[in-house]
Amino acid sequence: MQLRTLVWRELFERKNQLATNFIAILLGVSVIVSVRNITVYSEKAVARELDALGANVLILPKSASLQTYYSADMQTEELPEEYVARLILSDLQGLDNLFPKFSTQVSMGGKKFTLTGILPQDELKAKAAWKGGDVFARPPLCVGDAAPAEPTPTKETQFRRRAIQKLDKAEALVGSEVGAALKLKPGDTLQLEGQTFSVSTLLPETGTVDDSRIFAHLHTVQQLAGKGPVLNAIEVVGCCKEISKGLVQKINTLLPDAKVVTITQIVETQIKTNLMMAQLSWLFLGIIVVVGGASMANYMYANVYERRREIGTLMALGAGSGIVLRIFLLKALLLGLGGGIAGYALGTLLAVLLGPRIAGVAVLPLPWLLLLAVGVAVAISLAASYFPARRAARMDPSTALRET
Amino acid sequence: MLKMEAVSKDYVLRGKTIKALDDADLQIERGEFIAVVGPSGSGKSTLLLVLGGMLSPAKGRVLIDGRSLYDLQPEQRASVRKTTIGFVFQTFNLVPYLTALENVEVSLLLAGADERRQKERATVLLERMGLGDRLDHKPAELSVGQQQRVALARMLANDPQVILADEPTGNLDPETAQAVLSFLEEVNKEGRTVIMVTHDPQAAARAKRTLRLKDGKVLADA
Repeated sequence: MQLRTLVWRELFERKNQLATNFIAILLGVSVIVSVRNITVYSEKAVARELDALGANVLILPKSASLQTYYSADMQTEELPEEYVARLILSDLQGLDNLFPKFSTQVSMGGKKFTLTGILPQDELKAKAAWKGGDVFARPPLCVGDAAPAEPTPTKETQFRRRAIQKLDKAEALVGSEVGAALKLKPGDTLQLEGQTFSVSTLLPETGTVDDSRIFAHLHTVQQLAGKGPVLNAIEVVGCCKEISKGLVQKINTLLPDAKVVTITQIVETQIKTNLMMAQLSWLFLGIIVVVGGASMANYMYANVYERRREIGTLMALGAGSGIVLRIFLLKALLLGLGGGIAGYALGTLLAVLLGPRIAGVAVLPLPWLLLLAVGVAVAISLAASYFPARRAARMDPSTALRET
Repeated sequence: MLKMEAVSKDYVLRGKTIKALDDADLQIERGEFIAVVGPSGSGKSTLLLVLGGMLSPAKGRVLIDGRSLYDLQPEQRASVRKTTIGFVFQTFNLVPYLTALENVEVSLLLAGADERRQKERATVLLERMGLGDRLDHKPAELSVGQQQRVALARMLANDPQVILADEPTGNLDPETAQAVLSFLEEVNKEGRTVIMVTHDPQAAARAKRTLRLKDGKVLADA
């Protein structure tokens, strides 16, 4: 027999106490794991969105609501396309790129899609040239942006950076979901509202509403919708330094009938949720430390009291205080390990199931959280059991044998 | 082998001081079989606990093979109990969640024996006690007599030279009590020192020497 056999057998001797204490640790740890797991994926989602956006300032009609960034351009109200020229011809510093958009609903094969018109860079540059090339004459990305310069960026990369260089009037870029639904490949043709488009690029999956859109030349889409030179939104790649110096206010002054917002404002809700969840995970950690620790200490004190005779007998057989201390701490360690591992499993399951509902993100298990779960559970277990274990180790064996 | 020099031990019970041992002197030689008798509360069990290194006296010294037991560190005293002293309790004090075999193995585990040695030695001892077919039974699954025999096997596990038995037949039927006394005589014949606290005159008569205690004093040494 080994010492751990003795500890293991005793664990299951008092099943009700074991179950209560185990559940206390399990629940505490699982809540920490699930909140942390969801937070990590939610933070990742925000980071991915910001990275995928490319643009960081959005110009919308005054009445536009701001539910999400991607659907922000699906407004009934419109902006005049002339705003683009106004921006280009202005003296505003920090406008690295503009991405005007106009969207309309189209049907194909019995399914509805969003057809979004965009203006290529060469036409924007042509407008800028009227003034002498102030805007767009510098590199497309300013200091602080992480994307490295590529010698000849592909259309996918150009699109991600909101900087499509050239786009023919009958050319279409197809989002991944549309491509899959219509089984399209580059070189295919599309018939939309009587207009034939040639698919030049299938865009990679972004996890955003862009996946369910078809992008074509702005003027073609405007013509199909019969709307004239109007826009739903202008995405702006603004220089970070200039944004902090008040670029948004300057655009507002220039375009008083438009609403100008930054990306951070748009994802603010999600960032706030993430922050709240991060704070919640600390709060739950505090709760488990206090409640779980108190429950564990209470359980161990009761256990020491109930086992007075056994402790006295072991001491009569020659057990020193070190062995008695080890017996109780080993028990705490086993409970912590069990509670930590089970708490990780339950917490991960909760995160995977509830993550999409709570934070709107898909959540997968994070193996490193197992270390956190076990570490927290074992540390609390050992810390809470130390004083009861020490009491057992210092017990007067003769008193223990006489009392019971 | 065992010596008590002017040992006193007091208890305070409900504000009243009770002298459990009062200036007690005692000399016990190797291989003796001693019965300790006396009325309840006369200090018999206290004497046994003090001799066994389980209860430090307020005054005086207890020597075992010339070493002062209570001048040793607690861990050293635990080591003396482990290697030299074997306890037998009236209520057996078996660990309820361990089998008969494991109850005996505990003693060997504390002495640092490996698992193979533990199993071999515990099996031999339980077979000697006639419990070869009860190795995997828990105490609750054994009769009272069988439980006491497991306790005796556990006591012998580390081959102690001194056996301290506190009312070993107190909870047993006459037949089992006779068997336990015979066993104590047997281990005494092997050269071990046996000190047995008892209320039973017939059990005391089986000892070679009787110590009578009253109010914490050793009155007779016959």
